[in-house]
Amino acid sequence: MEFSGRKWKTLRLAGDQRNASYPHCLQFYLQPPCENISLIEFENLAIDRVKLLKSVENLGVSYMKGTEQYQSKLESELRKLKFSYRENLEDEYEPRRRDHISHFILRLAYCQSEELRRWFIQQEMDLLRFRFSILPKDKIQDFLKDSQLQFEAISDEEKTLRDQEIIASSPSLSGLKLGFESIYKIPFADALDLFRGRKVYLEDGFAYVPLKDIVAIILNEFRAKLSKALALTARSLPAVQSDERLQPLLNHLSHSYTGQDYSTQGNVGKISLDQIDSLSTKSFPPCMRQLHKALRENHHLRHGGRMQYGLFLKGIGLTLEQALQFWKQEFIKGKMDPDKFDKGYSYNIRHSFGKEGKRTDYTPFSCLKIILSNPPSQGDYHGCPFRHSDPELLKQKLQSYKISPGGISQILDLVKGTHYQVACQKYFEMIHNVDDCGFSLNHPNQFFCESQRILNGGKDIKKEPIQPETPQPKPSVQKTKDASSALASLNSSLEMDMEGLEDYFSEDS
Amino acid sequence: METFDPTELPELLKLYYRRLFPYSQYYRWLNYGGVIKNYFQHREFSFTLKDDIYIRYQSFNNQSDLEKEMQKMNPYKIDIGAVYSHRPNQHNTVKLGAFQAQEKELVFDIDMTDYDDVRRCCSSADICPKCWTLMTMAIRIIDRALKEDFGFKHRLWVYSGRRGVHCWVCDESVRKLSSAVRSGIVEYLSLVKGGQDVKKKVHLSEKIHPFIRKSINIIKKYFEEYALVNQDILENKESWDKILALVPETIHDELQQSFQKSHNSLQRWEHLKKVASKCQNNIKNDKYGPWLEWEIMLQYCFPRLDINVSKGINHLLKSPFSVHPKTGRISVPIDLQKVDQFDPFTVPTISFICRELDAISTNEEEKEENEAESDVKHRTRDYKKTSLAPYVKVFEHFLENLDKSQKGELLKKSDTHMCDYWMNNDSELGKPG
Repeated sequence: MEFSGRKWKTLRLAGDQRNASYPHCLQFYLQPPCENISLIEFENLAIDRVKLLKSVENLGVSYMKGTEQYQSKLESELRKLKFSYRENLEDEYEPRRRDHISHFILRLAYCQSEELRRWFIQQEMDLLRFRFSILPKDKIQDFLKDSQLQFEAISDEEKTLRDQEIIASSPSLSGLKLGFESIYKIPFADALDLFRGRKVYLEDGFAYVPLKDIVAIILNEFRAKLSKALALTARSLPAVQSDERLQPLLNHLSHSYTGQDYSTQGNVGKISLDQIDSLSTKSFPPCMRQLHKALRENHHLRHGGRMQYGLFLKGIGLTLEQALQFWKQEFIKGKMDPDKFDKGYSYNIRHSFGKEGKRTDYTPFSCLKIILSNPPSQGDYHGCPFRHSDPELLKQKLQSYKISPGGISQILDLVKGTHYQVACQKYFEMIHNVDDCGFSLNHPNQFFCESQRILNGGKDIKKEPIQPETPQPKPSVQKTKDASSALASLNSSLEMDMEGLEDYFSEDS
Repeated sequence: METFDPTELPELLKLYYRRLFPYSQYYRWLNYGGVIKNYFQHREFSFTLKDDIYIRYQSFNNQSDLEKEMQKMNPYKIDIGAVYSHRPNQHNTVKLGAFQAQEKELVFDIDMTDYDDVRRCCSSADICPKCWTLMTMAIRIIDRALKEDFGFKHRLWVYSGRRGVHCWVCDESVRKLSSAVRSGIVEYLSLVKGGQDVKKKVHLSEKIHPFIRKSINIIKKYFEEYALVNQDILENKESWDKILALVPETIHDELQQSFQKSHNSLQRWEHLKKVASKCQNNIKNDKYGPWLEWEIMLQYCFPRLDINVSKGINHLLKSPFSVHPKTGRISVPIDLQKVDQFDPFTVPTISFICRELDAISTNEEEKEENEAESDVKHRTRDYKKTSLAPYVKVFEHFLENLDKSQKGELLKKSDTHMCDYWMNNDSELGKPG
């Protein structure tokens, strides 16, 4: 695909042509987009899709996939974020275009590590599964054809010839006749998960697959293709990251879902050092609570712990002077020589506040960063307890925090399903005694802020247990404004049109 | 025929590799019509030499190179491996990670020792006519599925030389299959699950997949003679207790009584069928399905495959026409049209055919002393006069079918690559054999 070199013009297609470029409300994302878009739109599309995928994840945890509640909530998310989901709606070109472009932008961000890839693929698969499940039957064949999948529904005569065999082979079919059931004929190797367990009828190298089972196959195809594409994209990544316009955004995206990085807080200096002990049990997330406890007990923390905890404390409002005092006091209790502290450790603390060296103001770690990078080893106390603690130890820890057995078992289930942040949300709900924490956790400082809001009864409180349930605007709406302003500040006045992205997705790059 | 002395192997092999091994058919097979460049050259072979010396990553430039090396090294055993990205004998010169196995036939290995728990006549490496039927049934069941369910067209079944059979599926698309799909195929073909600690190894659900139904129909043809007469699986209390372990306890007493009153396995089996079908209607037991009779038949007769042989693309398997060092028997192709008549005990040993060759040669020399015949022609007629001939014919029939399907491929490529083909392949073949 050649880059046209036109600046500032988004493709404006006439009605028919617009529909031709996106004939369906869903797609397999086989072709990268080839238009120019502004940097602002690039950012916004990316943020919106991250929000969407995060909702997909949360809804998948809170509700059984496929149930009415799940479907209606997911549909409303899609509608709100203006992505495509359903056929036969008005004006579908724009939502489909947004869907298309945003997917490819996120590939750039989420190809960077195995865990990011896995998360991205999982949510995109769930999204596709949902969209496919609401596709009307008569549209399915067209969609499959356009997507270059060799899936043909067989004729009625062909069905009759082998209906008993097909029924006897497919667990998803009950009854004695095939009736109007669509049966698809596909090469046997494309139906691996079905034929290996003898769950499909094979004849002459083809599998005869009922519609219900085709979905599983399609999703597998999708997963395989996307996985391959992400690996390819990862190889092009150095080129992408060297693009100064893209690099901060992409790093930001994959490490911070909604963009708020808690680097500047309105409450600097509002916390005094003697409050920290009590705050650690009331408002700290478990990761910081355990770091604080370890620091108090051992009068020492290793580098990983100092980084994670130190930046968190900065985020909750500690000044540099307070931080220096805090760490020094504690380390000296551990029989450290004060001069050694000044020489060795204080430099690092000043460095993390941006007062030394590069003078970058380091931002506190988000949940994802803590979960994905720098796992703790023996003697470390950093990391995410839900991710890095042995379940038995985690259980004991939660018991010592006086969480109820019911709550503990819910948390352990979420951990088993690798929903670490949701588990932490559950912890939040238990210690604050609320049914719904009302936010989607992605940052330890966010945990702290939300906790303080509840405990101090601020104006922005989302839920008071005694009030009746009234629909409140989700906090994420508020965060949108924060996010774009945060990102705008990152990228200042860079409003350039972009080079075609397709180079980063194609095989030849 | 039966006398085979392993100490004679070095001499016998020398003669075998010089005069009897069917090189030109063998090369025809593995070259696959020359459609893909270097397909033969990138094939791995491994040799087991005298004193158990094992060498891997052998590869050859062409048929005559193969002949020369085999005659020089005189291998006791020959295994065939995968087609690699580079010539295997140069794999050490390839950048790390770049030397990859790319294609190989889909292979199956069915070994009689895997049936030790259900055959009463022999165990471990021994076989006899009574238990060989297990291989016959295995070949029929697996071959039917490979052909009718999977659509595989080029299947070569080979006697391993001692206690089992191998299958080589050579279709072009099959050679490219991934390890995951190969494993899936073995899974599809597997019904008997569990090791020594598991008594009941076959569990059927209410819905019977056509593969299972068709396999049972094949077993039914052999069951009476194989299981009830030859194996006599209900002969006495010791043997029928094993079968009772596979049916619900609730019918044990009734069966014990009727078994004791009966005189032979056939009668006892009839009783069992009656009682089991009654039991199916009454009991919804989780442990036993509604098809007790079939589950017993399958446990005693259904093929048992070794998944490890089939799933790895780089797995090495004994070559057809290789000699079995312990029995001396040649690994010969099996004629599918006559699978019921195949008798492993009539497969020629290397000593037998060498003796045949000696006898013929002496006669021929006397007759044709004055005619000048080229060495090659001599060699190509040699095996034809021995008991190896019919087996080579089976192999040639297999090759003809392969050729037919490859002709189409070659024509497609011939426009651009005709020159290459003639230049690289034909010049080294020598006279056509």
